[in-house]
Amino acid sequence: MTGLILLAVYIGIFAGGYFVLAKLFGGIGSRDYTSLKTVTFGDESAVRPNRAAGILSILTLFLLWGMFTGSSLLPGFLHAPGPFEGQTSFEYTVQAGNERDTATVEVLVHNRETNPDEIVVAPGDGFAKNDSITVAQYRSKLVLFDRNDEIKRADGAKVIEIDGKKVAPGDRVRITGGAVTISDKGTPNFEPDNGLQMEPLYLPAPEEVVSRTFKVLDEGFRGTSLLGHLSWSLFRVIAGFLCGAIVGIPLGYAMGLSNWFRGWFDPIVEFMRPVPPLALIPLVIIWAGIGEVGKIILLFLAALWIMAIAARSGVSGVSISKVHAAYSLGASKWQIMRYVIIPNSLPEIFTGARVAMGVCWGTVVAAELVAAEKGAGMMIMVASKFQNTDIVILGIILIGIIGFGIDMLMRAAERFMVPWKGRS
Amino acid sequence: MSGLSIKNLSMRFDLPNGGAVQALQDVSIDLKAGELLSILGPSGCGKTTLLNIVAGFLAPTEGEMTLNGHTIKGPDAERGMVFQQGALFEWMSVRENVGFGPSMKGMAKNDKAEIVNHLLDVVGLQDFKEKAVYELSGGMQQRVALARCLANDPDVILMDEPLGALDALTREKMQSLVLKLWKETGKTIILITHSVEEALLLGERLIVMAPRPGRIHTEYRLPFAEAGVGADLREVKKHPEFAPKREEILSMIWDMEEEIMGRSEASA
Repeated sequence: MTGLILLAVYIGIFAGGYFVLAKLFGGIGSRDYTSLKTVTFGDESAVRPNRAAGILSILTLFLLWGMFTGSSLLPGFLHAPGPFEGQTSFEYTVQAGNERDTATVEVLVHNRETNPDEIVVAPGDGFAKNDSITVAQYRSKLVLFDRNDEIKRADGAKVIEIDGKKVAPGDRVRITGGAVTISDKGTPNFEPDNGLQMEPLYLPAPEEVVSRTFKVLDEGFRGTSLLGHLSWSLFRVIAGFLCGAIVGIPLGYAMGLSNWFRGWFDPIVEFMRPVPPLALIPLVIIWAGIGEVGKIILLFLAALWIMAIAARSGVSGVSISKVHAAYSLGASKWQIMRYVIIPNSLPEIFTGARVAMGVCWGTVVAAELVAAEKGAGMMIMVASKFQNTDIVILGIILIGIIGFGIDMLMRAAERFMVPWKGRS
Repeated sequence: MSGLSIKNLSMRFDLPNGGAVQALQDVSIDLKAGELLSILGPSGCGKTTLLNIVAGFLAPTEGEMTLNGHTIKGPDAERGMVFQQGALFEWMSVRENVGFGPSMKGMAKNDKAEIVNHLLDVVGLQDFKEKAVYELSGGMQQRVALARCLANDPDVILMDEPLGALDALTREKMQSLVLKLWKETGKTIILITHSVEEALLLGERLIVMAPRPGRIHTEYRLPFAEAGVGADLREVKKHPEFAPKREEILSMIWDMEEEIMGRSEASA
């Protein structure tokens, strides 16, 4: 239910934002000649990301997050209806033999963090006495109505009406702030209204995550600082990737230059390349344990094949006329290797390195989920076991930011190192 | 003896299906130092194969070649080559591309810089010295390729359709440049082309090759290259012999093409 409403609000902002901005700026996107090209499938050159849409998209995510968690960062009128909190009451009518009596149940619904006192109620007259219960939000409570009554259930007392409505086991009666259902054994069960907001256990409000971030920054998590966890993950990625590149690139070169190497390693490389690194985790744990060595071996294996294949295609991709030109300019075999083959393979190697870094980052987080003492993946795994959803979300956001940062850095390095890529 | 001598050259390619293609049969050419030879012929007549053999990239099945008296074996800086396109090194600047040959020889920095500067002046690219080659137009890139080849001071320059990818106007300017360089440097040049006009303009001698097997069909000695040095090439084309020669060679090549078509239709 909440999900559907959330989706509806999201689509509403998506479409509404388009119409509002189109009205304000007199149209979204270009109206020039190239705009006609958008009908040509596969030619994306005319489609540019709309900057306003990008900003609105991110703001919408945070807005929805705040709305459905009752964030204190948002003004109250924007909140989705929250869970009921406060006092309510309902009446129940008991029948025992030919006798009937009605009593009131005072209900106090409180926040889960607080622990209020029971409400004291006067017992009232008749054989059914008034009751009181306290129940935490998002929970429910059976009303043991007969515990203070003169005629107990064992004596044949039975709830036959709630707030004057006839009920049988399984029925449900709505009251202010919640609902009363009758259990199979005839006991009323009170459930407070949950509203449309997410329970903090499932999704904490943004400010909770932020304050938790500062707390973890301050105190660390499980004996290691937040920066420590992230640097351990990064260290493993870089160490594994470097090992993979140091072995993979020469291997790829050898495969690109020698028939024997190509024949020997092709079956191994082509078989290992499609094996997801995650599938190797159990074997690596058996062989090398759950320490650093195991993780770096895993990342080494994740990067190795990608780098070998990138270097191989970089070498094979050199145009024969460049090699011929170098020969006829008097270059020796080694000079051709150094000044033609290697520089020519750099764009492919950079593409491979970008892919490998991405795969390594994903693999390290997964490996840490399985077993680690430090690291971003371990942090969110342990936090989830203790239901620290705020740390889980914080961890996911940081993992995402670092993964994105790695890719941006690799792109920048590529632009700097191989500016001729794709321009020959 | 100086000059390039090609004697009874034959080249067979074995096909994977067991057959063989006779790419060249009994080709002999004697070229004096400083001669400008253009080679013309329909597709598949073995022009490029011939050039690759002379460059040393391919070993002929039969025959031998000598340059200035010694036998040609493998590629060497004495035989420079200019390709159609895509043979420049994108990871080097214009200056580094032109200086590639001297660098490979281990020439001293100052000497190299002098050669490079001189050649960039000759081809008119002094202002583009530090640019990356992919920033240049197609015509400029071919100027770099010419300068790079000349920087090595080769005895023979082999050109494999060097102007084939250029637009008509740029092509005409480049034809003038090739003639100018030929006259100024006195290099022996073999130029392969698809264009009959280009072959007439850029050949003291012109060889028309015939396909299947690739062989020399007709050879001409022409006055147009000499007349074209430093002159307007459009004026050269008004020479009374130019148009008749062009028609003669065009119809010769048409006949060859038709023969190929006929043969492949008969075999189909």
